[in-house]
Amino acid sequence: MLQLEKLTWSAPEGGQVLNGVDLVIPDNKLVVITGPNGGGKTTLAKLIAGLEKPDSGRIILDGRDITGLDITERARLGVSYAFQQPVRFKGLTVTDLLELASGKKLSHSEACDYLARVGLCANEYVNREVNATLSGGEIKRIELATVIARHTRLSIFDEPEAGIDLWSFNSLIDVFRELQNSIDGSMIIISHQERILSIADEIVVIADGRVTSQGPSSVILPQLLAGGAAACGKCPKKEVKYCGENKPE
Amino acid sequence: MEKINLSEITAQLLKSVSDYKDGFAHAFSIRENGCGVSRRSTENVKIEDKPDAPGLVIRVAPGSKGEKVSIPACVTHGNIDDIVYNDFYIGEGADVRIIAGCGVHVSTGEPARHNGIHRFFLEKGAHAIYEEKHVATGNGKGVRSIGPVTEIYLGEDSELEMDSLQLGGVDRTLRQTKAVVGEKARLIIRERILTDGEQEAKTEFEVEMNGAGSSVSLVSRSVAKGSSYQAYRSRIIGNAPCTGHSECDAIIVGGGRVDASPELVANDGDAALIHEAAIGKIAGEQIVKLRTLGLTEEEAENRIVSGFLK
Ligand SMILES: Nc1ncnc2c1ncn2[C@@H]1O[C@H](COP(=O)(O)OP(=O)(O)OP(=O)(O)O)[C@@H](O)[C@H]1O
Ligand SMILES: [Mg+2]
Repeated sequence: MLQLEKLTWSAPEGGQVLNGVDLVIPDNKLVVITGPNGGGKTTLAKLIAGLEKPDSGRIILDGRDITGLDITERARLGVSYAFQQPVRFKGLTVTDLLELASGKKLSHSEACDYLARVGLCANEYVNREVNATLSGGEIKRIELATVIARHTRLSIFDEPEAGIDLWSFNSLIDVFRELQNSIDGSMIIISHQERILSIADEIVVIADGRVTSQGPSSVILPQLLAGGAAACGKCPKKEVKYCGENKPE
Repeated sequence: MEKINLSEITAQLLKSVSDYKDGFAHAFSIRENGCGVSRRSTENVKIEDKPDAPGLVIRVAPGSKGEKVSIPACVTHGNIDDIVYNDFYIGEGADVRIIAGCGVHVSTGEPARHNGIHRFFLEKGAHAIYEEKHVATGNGKGVRSIGPVTEIYLGEDSELEMDSLQLGGVDRTLRQTKAVVGEKARLIIRERILTDGEQEAKTEFEVEMNGAGSSVSLVSRSVAKGSSYQAYRSRIIGNAPCTGHSECDAIIVGGGRVDASPELVANDGDAALIHEAAIGKIAGEQIVKLRTLGLTEEEAENRIVSGFLK
Protein backbone atom coordinates (compact mmCIF):
# COMPACT_ATOMS: atom_id res chain seq x y z
CA MET A 1 0.00 0.00 0.00
CA LEU A 2 1.18 3.49 -0.85
CA GLN A 3 0.12 6.50 1.17
CA LEU A 4 0.76 10.09 0.14
CA GLU A 5 0.27 12.73 2.80
CA LYS A 6 -0.03 16.44 1.98
CA LEU A 7 2.61 16.35 -0.73
CA THR A 8 3.68 19.71 -2.08
CA TRP A 9 6.28 20.53 -4.70
CA SER A 10 7.25 23.67 -6.50
CA ALA A 11 9.38 23.98 -9.60
CA PRO A 12 12.94 25.24 -9.17
CA GLU A 13 11.94 28.50 -10.83
CA GLY A 14 9.19 29.03 -8.33
CA GLY A 15 5.69 28.03 -9.47
CA GLN A 16 3.81 25.72 -7.10
CA VAL A 17 2.98 22.51 -8.98
CA LEU A 18 1.59 20.18 -6.31
CA ASN A 19 -0.62 21.80 -3.70
CA GLY A 20 -1.02 19.13 -1.05
CA VAL A 21 -1.80 15.71 -2.51
CA ASP A 22 -3.42 13.21 -0.17
CA LEU A 23 -3.89 9.79 -1.65
CA VAL A 24 -4.03 6.14 -0.67
CA ILE A 25 -3.22 3.49 -3.27
CA PRO A 26 -4.43 0.17 -1.89
CA ASP A 27 -2.87 -3.20 -2.67
CA ASN A 28 -4.07 -5.39 -5.49
CA LYS A 29 -6.06 -2.64 -7.17
CA LEU A 30 -5.37 -0.97 -10.47
CA VAL A 31 -5.49 2.77 -9.86
CA VAL A 32 -5.60 5.05 -12.88
CA ILE A 33 -4.64 8.68 -12.40
CA THR A 34 -6.01 11.11 -14.95
CA GLY A 35 -6.58 14.82 -15.31
CA PRO A 36 -5.71 17.76 -17.50
CA ASN A 37 -2.31 18.30 -19.09
CA GLY A 38 0.00 20.06 -16.71
CA GLY A 39 -2.12 19.03 -13.71
CA GLY A 40 0.82 17.45 -11.89
CA LYS A 41 0.52 13.71 -12.62
CA THR A 42 4.06 13.15 -13.85
CA THR A 43 5.40 15.33 -11.06
CA LEU A 44 3.58 13.14 -8.55
CA ALA A 45 5.07 10.00 -10.13
CA LYS A 46 8.54 11.54 -9.93
CA LEU A 47 8.04 12.33 -6.25
CA ILE A 48 6.99 8.75 -5.57
CA ALA A 49 9.98 7.29 -7.42
CA GLY A 50 12.36 9.78 -5.79
CA LEU A 51 13.32 11.73 -8.93
CA GLU A 52 12.17 14.87 -7.16
CA LYS A 53 12.00 15.64 -3.46
CA PRO A 54 8.78 17.09 -2.03
CA ASP A 55 8.85 20.49 -0.31
CA SER A 56 6.65 19.02 2.38
CA GLY A 57 4.51 15.97 3.05
CA ARG A 58 5.24 12.25 3.40
CA ILE A 59 5.40 9.18 1.19
CA ILE A 60 4.71 5.87 2.93
CA LEU A 61 5.21 2.52 1.23
CA ASP A 62 3.90 -0.56 3.06
CA GLY A 63 3.97 1.34 6.32
CA ARG A 64 7.52 2.64 5.89
CA ASP A 65 8.27 6.33 5.44
CA ILE A 66 10.37 6.52 2.27
CA THR A 67 10.29 10.33 1.88
CA GLY A 68 13.98 10.66 2.74
CA LEU A 69 15.20 7.78 0.58
CA ASP A 70 16.94 8.31 -2.74
CA ILE A 71 15.99 6.82 -6.12
CA THR A 72 18.16 3.72 -5.75
CA GLU A 73 16.94 2.95 -2.24
CA ARG A 74 13.30 3.27 -3.30
CA ALA A 75 13.89 1.11 -6.36
CA ARG A 76 15.39 -1.56 -4.14
CA LEU A 77 12.39 -1.37 -1.81
CA GLY A 78 10.14 -2.08 -4.76
CA VAL A 79 9.23 1.14 -6.54
CA SER A 80 9.21 0.92 -10.35
CA TYR A 81 8.51 3.77 -12.70
CA ALA A 82 7.94 3.61 -16.45
CA PHE A 83 8.78 7.10 -17.69
CA GLN A 84 6.40 9.15 -19.81
CA GLN A 85 9.44 9.98 -21.91
CA PRO A 86 11.76 6.98 -21.90
CA VAL A 87 15.51 7.51 -21.88
CA ARG A 88 17.70 6.36 -24.75
CA PHE A 89 21.14 4.81 -24.32
CA LYS A 90 23.93 4.52 -26.82
CA GLY A 91 25.45 1.14 -26.19
CA LEU A 92 22.87 -0.62 -24.02
CA THR A 93 20.77 -3.21 -25.75
CA VAL A 94 17.17 -4.09 -25.00
CA THR A 95 18.37 -7.28 -23.32
CA ASP A 96 20.90 -5.32 -21.23
CA LEU A 97 18.10 -3.12 -19.91
CA LEU A 98 15.79 -6.04 -19.22
CA GLU A 99 18.60 -7.78 -17.33
CA LEU A 100 19.32 -4.69 -15.25
CA ALA A 101 15.60 -4.42 -14.55
CA SER A 102 15.09 -8.02 -13.53
CA GLY A 103 18.38 -8.09 -11.63
CA LYS A 104 19.61 -11.29 -13.27
CA LYS A 105 20.88 -12.72 -16.52
CA LEU A 106 18.05 -13.60 -18.84
CA SER A 107 17.93 -16.44 -21.29
CA HIS A 108 16.99 -15.57 -24.83
CA SER A 109 13.51 -16.97 -24.29
CA GLU A 110 12.96 -15.06 -21.05
CA ALA A 111 13.94 -11.79 -22.73
CA CYS A 112 11.63 -12.66 -25.61
CA ASP A 113 8.74 -13.33 -23.25
CA TYR A 114 8.93 -9.85 -21.77
CA LEU A 115 9.05 -8.29 -25.21
CA ALA A 116 6.22 -10.41 -26.54
CA ARG A 117 4.07 -9.23 -23.65
CA VAL A 118 4.40 -5.65 -24.82
CA GLY A 119 3.76 -6.64 -28.41
CA LEU A 120 7.29 -6.53 -29.79
CA CYS A 121 8.48 -9.24 -32.11
CA ALA A 122 11.28 -10.29 -29.84
CA ASN A 123 13.91 -11.52 -32.27
CA GLU A 124 14.12 -8.17 -33.95
CA TYR A 125 14.70 -6.37 -30.69
CA VAL A 126 16.63 -8.42 -28.14
CA ASN A 127 20.01 -7.26 -29.43
CA ARG A 128 18.95 -3.85 -30.59
CA GLU A 129 20.48 -0.82 -28.93
CA VAL A 130 18.08 1.36 -26.96
CA ASN A 131 19.24 4.37 -28.95
CA ALA A 132 17.75 7.11 -31.05
CA THR A 133 16.94 4.76 -33.93
CA LEU A 134 14.02 3.19 -32.04
CA SER A 135 10.66 4.72 -32.84
CA GLY A 136 8.59 6.44 -30.17
CA GLY A 137 6.19 3.50 -29.88
CA GLU A 138 9.00 0.96 -29.76
CA ILE A 139 10.88 2.66 -26.95
CA LYS A 140 7.65 3.10 -25.02
CA ARG A 141 7.01 -0.63 -25.16
CA ILE A 142 10.56 -1.42 -24.07
CA GLU A 143 10.08 0.94 -21.14
CA LEU A 144 6.94 -0.98 -20.15
CA ALA A 145 8.78 -4.29 -20.46
CA THR A 146 11.53 -3.12 -18.08
CA VAL A 147 8.98 -2.29 -15.40
CA ILE A 148 7.13 -5.54 -15.94
CA ALA A 149 10.46 -7.39 -15.64
CA ARG A 150 11.03 -5.87 -12.21
CA HIS A 151 7.96 -7.46 -10.54
CA THR A 152 7.99 -4.99 -7.69
CA ARG A 153 5.54 -3.95 -4.96
CA LEU A 154 4.67 -0.72 -6.70
CA SER A 155 4.61 -0.06 -10.41
CA ILE A 156 3.85 3.32 -11.94
CA PHE A 157 3.22 3.61 -15.68
CA ASP A 158 3.18 7.15 -17.02
CA GLU A 159 0.95 7.34 -20.10
CA PRO A 160 1.86 3.88 -21.35
CA GLU A 161 -0.47 4.20 -24.32
CA ALA A 162 1.26 7.26 -25.75
CA GLY A 163 2.67 6.46 -29.16
CA ILE A 164 1.26 2.95 -29.21
CA ASP A 165 -0.61 2.27 -32.44
CA LEU A 166 -4.27 1.41 -32.52
CA TRP A 167 -3.77 -2.25 -33.38
CA SER A 168 -1.48 -2.86 -30.46
CA PHE A 169 -3.62 -0.88 -28.10
CA ASN A 170 -5.98 -3.81 -27.55
CA SER A 171 -3.14 -6.08 -26.57
CA LEU A 172 -1.76 -3.39 -24.31
CA ILE A 173 -5.08 -3.37 -22.48
CA ASP A 174 -4.74 -7.14 -22.15
CA VAL A 175 -1.24 -6.70 -20.69
CA PHE A 176 -2.60 -4.41 -18.01
CA ARG A 177 -5.56 -6.71 -17.33
CA GLU A 178 -3.14 -9.54 -16.83
CA LEU A 179 -0.91 -7.45 -14.56
CA GLN A 180 -4.01 -6.41 -12.66
CA ASN A 181 -4.77 -10.06 -11.93
CA SER A 182 -1.23 -11.01 -11.06
CA ILE A 183 -0.02 -7.99 -9.09
CA ASP A 184 1.21 -8.44 -5.58
CA GLY A 185 1.19 -4.83 -4.54
CA SER A 186 0.04 -1.56 -6.01
CA MET A 187 -0.20 -0.47 -9.58
CA ILE A 188 -0.71 3.05 -10.87
CA ILE A 189 -1.30 3.98 -14.48
CA ILE A 190 -1.32 7.61 -15.50
CA SER A 191 -3.54 7.88 -18.55
CA HIS A 192 -5.93 9.97 -20.59
CA GLN A 193 -7.36 6.97 -22.40
CA GLU A 194 -10.99 5.97 -21.85
CA ARG A 195 -10.16 2.30 -22.49
CA ILE A 196 -7.55 2.31 -19.75
CA LEU A 197 -9.82 4.26 -17.42
CA SER A 198 -12.49 1.67 -18.01
CA ILE A 199 -10.36 -1.21 -16.71
CA ALA A 200 -9.36 0.71 -13.58
CA ASP A 201 -10.52 -0.46 -10.19
CA GLU A 202 -10.23 3.09 -9.03
CA ILE A 203 -9.81 6.45 -10.75
CA VAL A 204 -8.06 9.48 -9.29
CA VAL A 205 -8.40 12.87 -10.97
CA ILE A 206 -5.56 15.32 -10.45
CA ALA A 207 -5.92 18.91 -11.58
CA ASP A 208 -4.06 22.04 -10.51
CA GLY A 209 -1.78 20.02 -8.32
CA ARG A 210 -4.39 18.38 -6.13
CA VAL A 211 -6.76 15.41 -6.10
CA THR A 212 -10.07 16.74 -7.35
CA SER A 213 -11.97 13.49 -7.32
CA GLN A 214 -11.46 9.85 -6.56
CA GLY A 215 -13.59 6.73 -6.53
CA PRO A 216 -14.45 3.47 -8.26
CA SER A 217 -14.18 3.54 -12.03
CA SER A 218 -17.88 2.78 -12.40
CA VAL A 219 -18.67 6.04 -10.63
CA ILE A 220 -15.94 8.39 -11.80
CA LEU A 221 -15.66 7.41 -15.45
CA PRO A 222 -19.26 8.34 -16.39
CA GLN A 223 -18.77 11.69 -14.68
CA LEU A 224 -15.54 12.32 -16.55
CA LEU A 225 -17.14 11.43 -19.85
CA ALA A 226 -20.16 13.60 -19.15
CA GLY A 227 -17.97 16.50 -18.09
CA GLY A 228 -15.52 15.86 -20.88
CA ALA A 229 -12.70 16.29 -18.38
CA ALA A 230 -10.67 13.38 -19.65
CA ALA A 231 -10.83 14.62 -23.20
CA CYS A 232 -10.37 18.33 -22.68
CA GLY A 233 -9.16 19.09 -19.23
CA LYS A 234 -8.05 22.66 -19.78
CA CYS A 235 -11.36 23.71 -21.30
CA PRO A 236 -12.88 25.92 -18.59
CA LYS A 237 -16.47 25.12 -19.56
CA LYS A 238 -15.96 21.43 -19.12
CA GLU A 239 -14.20 21.64 -15.77
CA VAL A 240 -14.70 18.75 -13.38
CA LYS A 241 -17.18 20.11 -10.89
CA TYR A 242 -17.44 17.28 -8.39
CA CYS A 243 -15.00 16.98 -5.54
CA GLY A 244 -14.14 14.23 -3.09
CA GLU A 245 -16.81 15.32 -0.58
CA ASN A 246 -19.88 15.62 -2.79
CA LYS A 247 -19.21 12.89 -5.32
CA PRO A 248 -22.20 10.58 -5.83
CA GLU A 249 -21.95 7.13 -4.27
CA MET B 1 46.75 -27.77 -31.15
CA GLU B 2 50.35 -28.00 -29.94
CA LYS B 3 51.34 -26.24 -26.74
CA ILE B 4 53.62 -23.22 -27.13
CA ASN B 5 56.28 -22.43 -24.56
CA LEU B 6 55.79 -18.90 -23.29
CA SER B 7 56.36 -16.95 -20.13
CA GLU B 8 53.35 -16.60 -17.85
CA ILE B 9 53.14 -12.81 -18.45
CA THR B 10 53.17 -13.31 -22.21
CA ALA B 11 50.50 -16.01 -21.99
CA GLN B 12 48.29 -13.68 -19.92
CA LEU B 13 48.79 -10.79 -22.33
CA LEU B 14 48.02 -13.04 -25.29
CA LYS B 15 44.79 -14.15 -23.68
CA SER B 16 43.67 -10.58 -23.23
CA VAL B 17 44.60 -9.31 -26.68
CA SER B 18 43.89 -12.30 -28.89
CA ASP B 19 42.02 -15.57 -29.06
CA TYR B 20 44.98 -17.45 -27.54
CA LYS B 21 44.05 -20.47 -25.44
CA ASP B 22 47.30 -22.37 -24.77
CA GLY B 23 47.83 -22.21 -28.52
CA PHE B 24 46.04 -21.31 -31.72
CA ALA B 25 43.92 -23.57 -33.88
CA HIS B 26 44.81 -21.65 -37.06
CA ALA B 27 47.66 -19.69 -38.64
CA PHE B 28 49.54 -17.47 -36.22
CA SER B 29 52.73 -15.69 -35.32
CA ILE B 30 53.63 -14.59 -31.81
CA ARG B 31 56.08 -11.78 -31.24
CA GLU B 32 57.63 -11.30 -27.82
CA ASN B 33 59.96 -8.42 -26.88
CA GLY B 34 60.89 -7.71 -30.47
CA CYS B 35 61.40 -11.28 -31.70
CA GLY B 36 59.18 -13.77 -33.43
CA VAL B 37 58.92 -16.72 -31.03
CA SER B 38 56.45 -19.05 -32.68
CA ARG B 39 54.55 -19.23 -35.93
CA ARG B 40 52.50 -21.49 -38.17
CA SER B 41 51.40 -21.16 -41.78
CA THR B 42 48.46 -23.08 -43.13
CA GLU B 43 47.48 -24.16 -46.61
CA ASN B 44 45.77 -20.87 -47.40
CA VAL B 45 47.60 -18.53 -45.09
CA LYS B 46 51.35 -18.23 -45.60
CA ILE B 47 53.41 -16.30 -43.06
CA GLU B 48 56.98 -15.39 -43.98
CA ASP B 49 59.67 -13.03 -42.74
CA LYS B 50 59.66 -9.63 -44.31
CA PRO B 51 62.91 -9.46 -46.30
CA ASP B 52 63.70 -5.77 -45.83
CA ALA B 53 62.57 -5.04 -42.27
CA PRO B 54 61.57 -6.72 -39.02
CA GLY B 55 58.11 -8.17 -39.44
CA LEU B 56 56.05 -10.48 -41.57
CA VAL B 57 54.51 -10.88 -44.97
CA ILE B 58 51.20 -12.67 -44.74
CA ARG B 59 49.46 -13.92 -47.84
CA VAL B 60 45.92 -15.21 -47.90
CA ALA B 61 45.22 -17.36 -50.97
CA PRO B 62 42.66 -16.12 -53.52
CA GLY B 63 39.22 -17.62 -53.07
CA SER B 64 39.91 -19.07 -49.62
CA LYS B 65 36.99 -18.78 -47.23
CA GLY B 66 36.65 -18.55 -43.46
CA GLU B 67 40.39 -18.26 -42.80
CA LYS B 68 41.73 -16.87 -39.57
CA VAL B 69 45.16 -15.61 -38.59
CA SER B 70 46.42 -14.29 -35.24
CA ILE B 71 49.51 -12.11 -34.91
CA PRO B 72 49.74 -10.93 -31.31
CA ALA B 73 52.77 -9.01 -30.06
CA CYS B 74 53.86 -8.59 -26.47
CA VAL B 75 56.36 -6.52 -24.62
CA THR B 76 56.90 -7.90 -21.14
CA HIS B 77 59.53 -5.66 -19.63
CA GLY B 78 60.84 -2.12 -19.74
CA ASN B 79 63.56 -0.69 -21.99
CA ILE B 80 62.08 -2.22 -25.11
CA ASP B 81 61.40 -0.20 -28.22
CA ASP B 82 59.88 -2.61 -30.67
CA ILE B 83 58.98 -1.72 -34.24
CA VAL B 84 57.40 -4.27 -36.51
CA TYR B 85 56.22 -4.06 -40.11
CA ASN B 86 53.54 -6.53 -41.15
CA ASP B 87 52.12 -6.68 -44.67
CA PHE B 88 48.92 -8.50 -45.51
CA TYR B 89 48.07 -9.49 -49.05
CA ILE B 90 44.50 -10.73 -49.27
CA GLY B 91 43.88 -12.53 -52.56
CA GLU B 92 40.94 -12.02 -54.86
CA GLY B 93 37.67 -13.15 -53.32
CA ALA B 94 39.33 -14.37 -50.13
CA ASP B 95 37.63 -14.05 -46.77
CA VAL B 96 39.75 -13.81 -43.64
CA ARG B 97 39.67 -12.69 -40.04
CA ILE B 98 42.89 -11.18 -38.74
CA ILE B 99 43.40 -10.83 -35.03
CA ALA B 100 46.25 -8.54 -34.12
CA GLY B 101 46.78 -7.60 -30.54
CA CYS B 102 49.38 -5.87 -28.58
CA GLY B 103 50.07 -6.23 -24.90
CA VAL B 104 52.61 -4.24 -22.95
CA HIS B 105 53.55 -5.18 -19.39
CA VAL B 106 55.99 -3.16 -17.32
CA SER B 107 56.70 -3.74 -13.67
CA THR B 108 59.79 -1.52 -13.51
CA GLY B 109 60.57 2.13 -14.12
CA GLU B 110 61.79 1.92 -17.71
CA PRO B 111 59.58 2.81 -20.62
CA ALA B 112 58.31 0.18 -23.05
CA ARG B 113 57.06 0.82 -26.53
CA HIS B 114 55.53 -1.21 -29.29
CA ASN B 115 54.89 0.24 -32.72
CA GLY B 116 53.14 -1.97 -35.22
CA ILE B 117 53.01 -0.83 -38.81
CA HIS B 118 50.38 -2.84 -40.62
CA ARG B 119 49.63 -2.62 -44.31
CA PHE B 120 46.66 -4.30 -45.93
CA PHE B 121 46.31 -4.92 -49.65
CA LEU B 122 42.92 -6.31 -50.58
CA GLU B 123 42.39 -7.69 -54.07
CA LYS B 124 39.11 -7.53 -55.93
CA GLY B 125 36.16 -8.86 -53.96
CA ALA B 126 38.25 -9.76 -50.90
CA HIS B 127 36.81 -9.40 -47.43
CA ALA B 128 38.79 -9.02 -44.25
CA ILE B 129 37.97 -8.39 -40.64
CA TYR B 130 40.87 -6.83 -38.77
CA GLU B 131 40.60 -6.87 -35.00
CA GLU B 132 43.14 -4.96 -33.06
CA LYS B 133 43.17 -4.88 -29.30
CA HIS B 134 45.59 -3.09 -27.01
CA VAL B 135 46.18 -3.56 -23.32
CA ALA B 136 48.90 -2.57 -20.94
CA THR B 137 49.40 -4.04 -17.50
CA GLY B 138 51.86 -4.04 -14.61
CA ASN B 139 52.27 -1.38 -11.97
CA GLY B 140 55.77 -0.18 -12.84
CA LYS B 141 56.18 3.54 -13.40
CA GLY B 142 57.69 3.03 -16.88
CA VAL B 143 55.64 4.70 -19.56
CA ARG B 144 53.79 2.18 -21.74
CA SER B 145 53.30 3.51 -25.21
CA ILE B 146 52.03 2.16 -28.47
CA GLY B 147 51.94 3.64 -31.92
CA PRO B 148 49.93 1.55 -34.32
CA VAL B 149 50.13 2.68 -37.94
CA THR B 150 47.68 1.11 -40.34
CA GLU B 151 47.63 1.51 -44.10
CA ILE B 152 44.76 0.08 -46.05
CA TYR B 153 44.50 -0.31 -49.84
CA LEU B 154 41.12 -1.55 -50.97
CA GLY B 155 40.79 -2.99 -54.47
CA GLU B 156 37.56 -3.09 -56.43
CA ASP B 157 34.54 -4.34 -54.50
CA SER B 158 36.64 -5.38 -51.51
CA GLU B 159 35.70 -4.76 -47.90
CA LEU B 160 37.71 -4.27 -44.73
CA GLU B 161 36.13 -4.09 -41.31
CA MET B 162 38.56 -2.79 -38.74
CA ASP B 163 37.70 -3.06 -35.10
CA SER B 164 40.13 -1.45 -32.72
CA LEU B 165 39.90 -1.52 -28.98
CA GLN B 166 42.03 0.05 -26.30
CA LEU B 167 40.56 -0.25 -22.84
CA GLY B 168 42.98 1.25 -20.40
CA GLY B 169 46.51 0.89 -19.22
CA VAL B 170 48.31 2.47 -22.18
CA ASP B 171 49.98 5.74 -21.18
CA ARG B 172 50.64 7.17 -24.62
CA THR B 173 49.02 6.22 -27.89
CA LEU B 174 49.35 7.71 -31.29
CA ARG B 175 47.18 5.77 -33.69
CA GLN B 176 47.45 6.60 -37.37
CA THR B 177 45.23 5.03 -39.96
CA LYS B 178 45.34 5.75 -43.69
CA ALA B 179 43.18 4.21 -46.33
CA VAL B 180 42.73 4.39 -50.06
CA VAL B 181 39.34 3.07 -51.09
CA GLY B 182 38.83 1.80 -54.65
CA GLU B 183 35.81 1.34 -56.84
CA LYS B 184 32.75 -0.01 -54.99
CA ALA B 185 34.99 -0.91 -52.04
CA ARG B 186 33.82 -0.53 -48.47
CA LEU B 187 35.76 0.45 -45.39
CA ILE B 188 34.19 0.08 -41.98
CA ILE B 189 36.14 1.22 -38.93
CA ARG B 190 35.03 0.93 -35.34
CA GLU B 191 37.30 2.32 -32.67
CA ARG B 192 36.83 2.33 -28.91
CA ILE B 193 39.22 3.98 -26.49
CA LEU B 194 39.18 4.37 -22.75
CA THR B 195 41.74 6.55 -21.02
CA ASP B 196 42.17 7.29 -17.34
CA GLY B 197 44.64 8.98 -15.02
CA GLU B 198 47.28 10.91 -16.93
CA GLN B 199 46.96 8.87 -20.13
CA GLU B 200 46.97 10.41 -23.57
CA ALA B 201 45.54 8.92 -26.73
CA LYS B 202 45.64 10.51 -30.13
CA THR B 203 43.99 9.01 -33.13
CA GLU B 204 44.22 10.18 -36.73
CA PHE B 205 42.37 8.89 -39.74
CA GLU B 206 42.87 9.82 -43.33
CA VAL B 207 40.64 8.14 -45.88
CA GLU B 208 40.86 8.80 -49.59
CA MET B 209 37.78 7.75 -51.50
CA ASN B 210 39.16 7.25 -54.99
CA GLY B 211 36.76 4.77 -56.55
CA ALA B 212 33.24 5.40 -57.78
CA GLY B 213 30.65 3.86 -55.47
CA SER B 214 33.09 3.49 -52.59
CA SER B 215 31.96 3.95 -49.02
CA VAL B 216 33.44 4.49 -45.59
CA SER B 217 31.92 4.33 -42.15
CA LEU B 218 34.10 5.54 -39.33
CA VAL B 219 32.72 5.24 -35.83
CA SER B 220 34.76 6.23 -32.83
CA ARG B 221 33.55 5.98 -29.27
CA SER B 222 35.71 7.09 -26.44
CA VAL B 223 35.64 7.71 -22.73
CA ALA B 224 38.11 10.04 -21.06
CA LYS B 225 38.28 9.63 -17.28
CA GLY B 226 40.49 11.06 -14.58
CA SER B 227 42.64 13.80 -16.07
CA SER B 228 43.32 11.93 -19.30
CA TYR B 229 43.39 13.54 -22.72
CA GLN B 230 42.22 12.34 -26.11
CA ALA B 231 42.49 13.90 -29.51
CA TYR B 232 40.57 12.73 -32.54
CA ARG B 233 41.32 13.79 -36.10
CA SER B 234 39.60 12.44 -39.14
CA ARG B 235 39.85 13.50 -42.72
CA ILE B 236 37.66 11.90 -45.35
CA ILE B 237 38.46 12.97 -48.88
CA GLY B 238 35.88 12.22 -51.55
CA ASN B 239 37.65 12.17 -54.92
CA ALA B 240 34.87 10.23 -56.65
CA PRO B 241 31.14 9.62 -56.29
CA CYS B 242 31.14 8.01 -52.86
CA THR B 243 29.49 7.99 -49.46
CA GLY B 244 31.30 8.71 -46.24
CA HIS B 245 30.05 8.76 -42.70
CA SER B 246 32.07 9.49 -39.63
CA GLU B 247 30.83 9.61 -36.10
CA CYS B 248 32.78 10.58 -33.02
CA ASP B 249 31.13 10.20 -29.64
CA ALA B 250 33.00 10.93 -26.49
CA ILE B 251 32.00 10.71 -22.85
CA ILE B 252 33.87 12.76 -20.33
CA VAL B 253 34.05 11.52 -16.76
CA GLY B 254 35.64 13.69 -14.10
CA GLY B 255 38.39 15.91 -15.46
CA GLY B 256 38.96 14.16 -18.79
CA ARG B 257 39.53 16.26 -21.88
CA VAL B 258 38.64 15.50 -25.47
CA ASP B 259 39.48 17.38 -28.61
CA ALA B 260 37.75 16.24 -31.79
CA SER B 261 38.21 17.69 -35.19
CA PRO B 262 36.64 15.92 -38.07
CA GLU B 263 37.31 17.10 -41.57
CA LEU B 264 35.40 16.36 -44.75
CA VAL B 265 36.71 17.18 -48.20
CA ALA B 266 34.53 16.72 -51.28
CA ASN B 267 36.47 16.94 -54.54
CA ASP B 268 33.64 15.40 -56.50
CA GLY B 269 30.11 16.73 -56.88
CA ASP B 270 28.70 13.32 -56.08
CA ALA B 271 30.62 12.77 -52.89
CA ALA B 272 28.15 12.58 -50.00
CA LEU B 273 29.95 13.01 -46.71
CA ILE B 274 28.48 13.28 -43.24
CA HIS B 275 30.03 13.82 -39.88
CA GLU B 276 28.42 13.58 -36.45
CA ALA B 277 30.21 14.41 -33.25
CA ALA B 278 29.10 14.64 -29.67
CA ILE B 279 31.21 15.21 -26.59
CA GLY B 280 29.85 15.51 -23.10
CA LYS B 281 29.17 14.04 -19.72
CA ILE B 282 26.88 11.06 -19.29
CA ALA B 283 23.33 12.35 -19.62
CA GLY B 284 21.88 12.76 -16.14
CA GLU B 285 18.61 11.14 -17.17
CA GLN B 286 20.46 7.96 -18.16
CA ILE B 287 21.88 7.66 -14.66
CA VAL B 288 18.45 8.41 -13.17
CA LYS B 289 16.81 5.72 -15.30
CA LEU B 290 19.29 3.04 -14.24
CA ARG B 291 18.91 4.11 -10.62
CA THR B 292 15.17 3.51 -10.89
CA LEU B 293 16.13 -0.04 -11.84
CA GLY B 294 18.04 -0.34 -8.56
CA LEU B 295 21.62 0.62 -9.51
CA THR B 296 23.63 3.07 -7.46
CA GLU B 297 24.89 6.18 -9.18
CA GLU B 298 28.36 4.70 -9.53
CA GLU B 299 27.05 1.37 -10.83
CA ALA B 300 24.90 3.22 -13.33
CA GLU B 301 27.86 5.27 -14.55
CA ASN B 302 30.06 2.20 -14.96
CA ARG B 303 27.32 0.32 -16.78
CA ILE B 304 26.73 3.18 -19.19
CA VAL B 305 30.44 3.49 -19.91
CA SER B 306 30.97 -0.24 -20.42
CA GLY B 307 27.94 -0.48 -22.70
CA PHE B 308 29.11 2.52 -24.68
CA LEU B 309 32.52 0.97 -25.27
CA LYS B 310 31.27 -2.56 -25.90
N1 LIG C 1 11.15 21.14 -13.53
C1 LIG C 1 10.11 21.93 -13.79
N2 LIG C 1 10.27 23.26 -13.94
C2 LIG C 1 9.23 24.06 -14.19
N3 LIG C 1 7.96 23.64 -14.30
C3 LIG C 1 7.74 22.34 -14.14
C4 LIG C 1 8.78 21.41 -13.89
N4 LIG C 1 8.25 20.18 -13.80
C5 LIG C 1 6.94 20.32 -14.01
N5 LIG C 1 6.62 21.62 -14.21
C6 LIG C 1 5.27 22.17 -14.43
O1 LIG C 1 4.41 21.52 -13.55
C7 LIG C 1 3.16 21.31 -14.15
C8 LIG C 1 2.79 19.85 -14.01
O2 LIG C 1 3.59 19.08 -14.88
P1 LIG C 1 3.40 17.53 -15.03
O3 LIG C 1 4.42 17.06 -15.99
O4 LIG C 1 3.39 16.91 -13.70
O5 LIG C 1 1.95 17.46 -15.68
P2 LIG C 1 1.10 16.19 -16.13
O6 LIG C 1 -0.11 16.17 -15.30
O7 LIG C 1 1.94 14.98 -16.11
O8 LIG C 1 0.73 16.60 -17.61
P3 LIG C 1 0.56 15.70 -18.94
O9 LIG C 1 -0.83 15.15 -18.92
O10 LIG C 1 0.70 16.70 -20.04
O11 LIG C 1 1.62 14.68 -18.96
C9 LIG C 1 3.29 21.79 -15.57
O12 LIG C 1 2.73 23.09 -15.64
C10 LIG C 1 4.76 21.84 -15.79
O13 LIG C 1 5.10 22.82 -16.71
MG1 LIG D 1 2.72 13.73 -17.56
